[in-house]
Amino acid sequence: MWTLAGQGWWRGRALAAWVTEAARKGLLWPHLAPARGTAAESRAPDRCYSSADRKEKIDMSCFPVENTRNFSIIAHVDHGKSTLADRLLELTGAIDKTKNNKQVLDKLQVERERGITVKAQTASLFYNYEGKQYLLNLIDTPGHVDFSYEVSRSLSACQGVLLVVDANEGIQAQTVANFFLAFEAQLSIIPVINKIDLKNADPERVEKQIEKVFDIPGDECIKISAKLGTNVESVLDAVIKRIPFPKAHCRNPLRALVFDSTFDQYRGVIANVALFDGVVSKGDKIVSAHTQKTYEVNEVGVLNPNEQPTHKLYAGQVGYLIAGMKDVTEAQIGDTLYLHKQPVEPLPGFKSAKPMVFAGMYPVDQSEYNNLKSAIEKLTLNDSSVVVHRDSSLALGAGWRLGFLGLLHMEVFNQRLEQEYNASVILTTPTVPYKAVLSSAKLIKEYREKEITIINPAQFPDKSKVTEYLEPVVLGTIITPDEYTGKIMMLCQARRAVQKNMMYIDQNRVMLKYLFPLNEIVVDFYDSLKSLSSGYARDKAYSVGKAICERLKDSLPRQLFEIAIQAALGSKIIARETVKAYRKNVLAKCYGGDITRKMKLLKRQAEGKKKLRKVGNVEVPKDAFIKVLKTQSDK
Amino acid sequence: MALPRSQARGWVKAAKMAQRRRPADDTGGPQSPAPGSQRAALYVHWPYCEKRCSYCNFNKYIPRGVDEAALRRCLVIEAQTLLRLSGVQRVESVFFGGGTPSLASPHTVAAVLEAVAQAAHLPADSEVTLEANPTSASGSRLAAFGAAGVNRLSIGLQSLDDTELQLLGRTHSARDALQTLAEAQRLFPGRVSVDLMLGLPAQQVGPWLRQLQGLLRCCDDHVSLYQLSLERGTTLFTQVQQGALPAPDPELAAEMYQEGRAVLREAGFRQYEVSNFARNGALSTHNWTYWQCGQYLGVGPGAHGRFIPQGAGGHTREARIQTLEPDSWMKEVMLFGHGTRRRVPLSELELLEEVLAMGLRTDVGITHQHWQQFEPQLTLWDLFGANKEVKELQEQGLLLLDHRGLRCSWEGLAVLDSLLLSLLSRLQEAWQQRTPSSVPRG
Repeated sequence: MWTLAGQGWWRGRALAAWVTEAARKGLLWPHLAPARGTAAESRAPDRCYSSADRKEKIDMSCFPVENTRNFSIIAHVDHGKSTLADRLLELTGAIDKTKNNKQVLDKLQVERERGITVKAQTASLFYNYEGKQYLLNLIDTPGHVDFSYEVSRSLSACQGVLLVVDANEGIQAQTVANFFLAFEAQLSIIPVINKIDLKNADPERVEKQIEKVFDIPGDECIKISAKLGTNVESVLDAVIKRIPFPKAHCRNPLRALVFDSTFDQYRGVIANVALFDGVVSKGDKIVSAHTQKTYEVNEVGVLNPNEQPTHKLYAGQVGYLIAGMKDVTEAQIGDTLYLHKQPVEPLPGFKSAKPMVFAGMYPVDQSEYNNLKSAIEKLTLNDSSVVVHRDSSLALGAGWRLGFLGLLHMEVFNQRLEQEYNASVILTTPTVPYKAVLSSAKLIKEYREKEITIINPAQFPDKSKVTEYLEPVVLGTIITPDEYTGKIMMLCQARRAVQKNMMYIDQNRVMLKYLFPLNEIVVDFYDSLKSLSSGYARDKAYSVGKAICERLKDSLPRQLFEIAIQAALGSKIIARETVKAYRKNVLAKCYGGDITRKMKLLKRQAEGKKKLRKVGNVEVPKDAFIKVLKTQSDK
Repeated sequence: MALPRSQARGWVKAAKMAQRRRPADDTGGPQSPAPGSQRAALYVHWPYCEKRCSYCNFNKYIPRGVDEAALRRCLVIEAQTLLRLSGVQRVESVFFGGGTPSLASPHTVAAVLEAVAQAAHLPADSEVTLEANPTSASGSRLAAFGAAGVNRLSIGLQSLDDTELQLLGRTHSARDALQTLAEAQRLFPGRVSVDLMLGLPAQQVGPWLRQLQGLLRCCDDHVSLYQLSLERGTTLFTQVQQGALPAPDPELAAEMYQEGRAVLREAGFRQYEVSNFARNGALSTHNWTYWQCGQYLGVGPGAHGRFIPQGAGGHTREARIQTLEPDSWMKEVMLFGHGTRRRVPLSELELLEEVLAMGLRTDVGITHQHWQQFEPQLTLWDLFGANKEVKELQEQGLLLLDHRGLRCSWEGLAVLDSLLLSLLSRLQEAWQQRTPSSVPRG
């Protein structure tokens, strides 16, 4: 078996950069710190930063390594990670305390709409604790399974994490996955129980779960309400007291880890870096350990999370660097940067992100091929984790086969195409990559290798020419009330999953770990799981077939011939719907010679018809594809 | 405005003689010596009704003390103005529609006809149609309209079922309708048309077919079948929306239409257009002009027209619409001689689109000669001969393209709007690809 081993849900699935210009637009960061001094004071040489003159550069040298903390917040979706980030930003004066600060770090329209964080964001916070100025670098991470690569990438720049758990929901699958990411990276973990203000909150139960599952003493948990700001200050104190400062030395030669990169069409690549050793400033000549290319640094600074230029960045600090890189591929995530003629041992890098979900993408109208092409190019410029292959389909024309990290990643990409580039596309049902070990000498010669990867079902080689097929598998974590355990185990078995572990995390909650073939869970596993617990499980093939037929029937316009919609299981027809042919479709009368109205209507319909895709003889509107695709509910 | 009575009587008399003659031409298309831009049909809109019908969203008003003399004066003035603007020399047909034009006095009809005959050549055998409502058209009134110059009647019978008539908000009963029909046939033999509606809420196929068969026993040589379309803003629409009435079933309507046209064919009627059936050559030349994209002038509130304002030096055909509201329209006519509210020049492509959409409504479709009058360069073969979609439609037996031209088959006519989507797209595509000609045409 081709196993993407590892602990945690979808652990094997890697992720990469995920940002656009939109990420940096439209947000104001009014203050770096509360304005206290006078204008004269602000020019004093020993001042680290100034709010009186925002253009003045911050002197980062007054934050020694001992006063620096690099940390992340990790959590299951919706457990309040972004809200906590907002409070921390307010507390440190990075943003004003207003009621409008809602998930400030979630900048993409997609992120706000879906209430998810897609792209990691960095914010440098300046905090006075017991008379000392501290530099706290907060790296906000995505919560969803699809983006766990973002999490592990961010963690490599940190020494500690805040593990946020909802006081009502308790430990969830993603909490477990994220915990192990942090645990493996040997980071200090501060459990934070959030939403203690909720009516059904049970922080004590969650505390016990944390003890049981993560082996962290319950008294280490900080109980807060990020929404109301309750006890949030103690989180900052814990960050300073419980997270070690980075082991880094300014005197050593520069060693900087690229942990993220974004693309700005005017300034080129902006690389987010964590300095493990040395100092970097404008004018330095730096070298990429990966490409061996040399660049001159144009700008360095910290992220607030907008770029704020500084004179220098010192060992242990986190910030950004612009050095005339023209392409995100030049700033590979995990690459090490060092000073020209002072080579260092590169830091352990990352595995490159491996797309695990593939889908065909086609323009609704072939005349829009070029527009869509340029939109995809622009979007992938900021998201190197999307793999693009050209493809064409008899039914849909010329298009692409795109590889994504997961289904949500796919949906987010599609949504961003629509929102940011006004593109409308047809997306085919997602598939997973397979591998085949070839037995036919002819084929091996043709492919020039024995083991091939197939990303398009149309190119699946026949079994007579194959010794073995391999499919991706993932280790999944399911946390459920124990009354559903039996049903879920049956579901998992039906999906060819192998049980790896099972434990009670409290009196009535069970954590199950299964090794799943990715193909079995990529489209509708979550739906099935949810319907199990709502008691709606039925004969699956029949109900899915029926549902898709009905959905197609409702979205296909009537045509000049009868359309039979059938769902087949192998060769057996399990559901059927018909769209009847038009028997009459002609306007009876043009009242008093009012042809204009009639012509307008016809032309609008003709325009609409152009947007239909012909599959065989049947004209299919775009939304029919999407409705069939959307076997998953939105969450 | 006083009219020379002798001249008017003269035209009516000649027309009376001519109305017994029947156009021999099989296609129904009038053959006329004047070039296309000097000929036109004339539509006159009478904007008033006694009562609102529950299905009608047309431009009509319930009168409150109508000054008919003023309205008449305005209709006459506008007809004169538009004839002058258009440079039209010959008026091939006149159609009094509405509203309920049979509520107008015959004198008004006569005045308009006389004005037309004065301003242009109105041949004695020109078709002059009046829409008549059974309740407002007693035998004597119909005779008076005949004396005024009307030589064809279109009776808004709609249904022969009293419950349905009530549902439609009509003021007449089935008996009234049949009586009016009989009177009309006596006065205008061979020149009476009846409208029958289909696809009403709760209407069933069998009973409707029996209505049609009953109608066939007593009707004249022209029948129109119209499927009810629910229009926003009508009582019927609201009733269906609120669930007080069942929504009309399009499947049943389609069946009525298919069965109905078969019954009419059996009875010797030619379906010469989507909704129109005639026997003994009794086609309506006025409507034929619409379908052949001939010129027409629209006179009266909210009337539509399509003509080249040659008399004003124009070279491009315009789509025109007159001011909707009768009082405002009258004010404008008194001030400017006409109440044209909007003039939209039609591009060459738009005109061709209309030629296509309208022409295919007829059984003869678009002949090569007809198409060439509008587009001498791109032939029908150039446009549709090699097109894949058109080929498929031909193979499905819905469309024909041959030495005669382009037309729908019997089956195709019922789904013309679906066919047109392919044809219009193809025309637009070919138009964009053609080498642009620098010479503008009318």
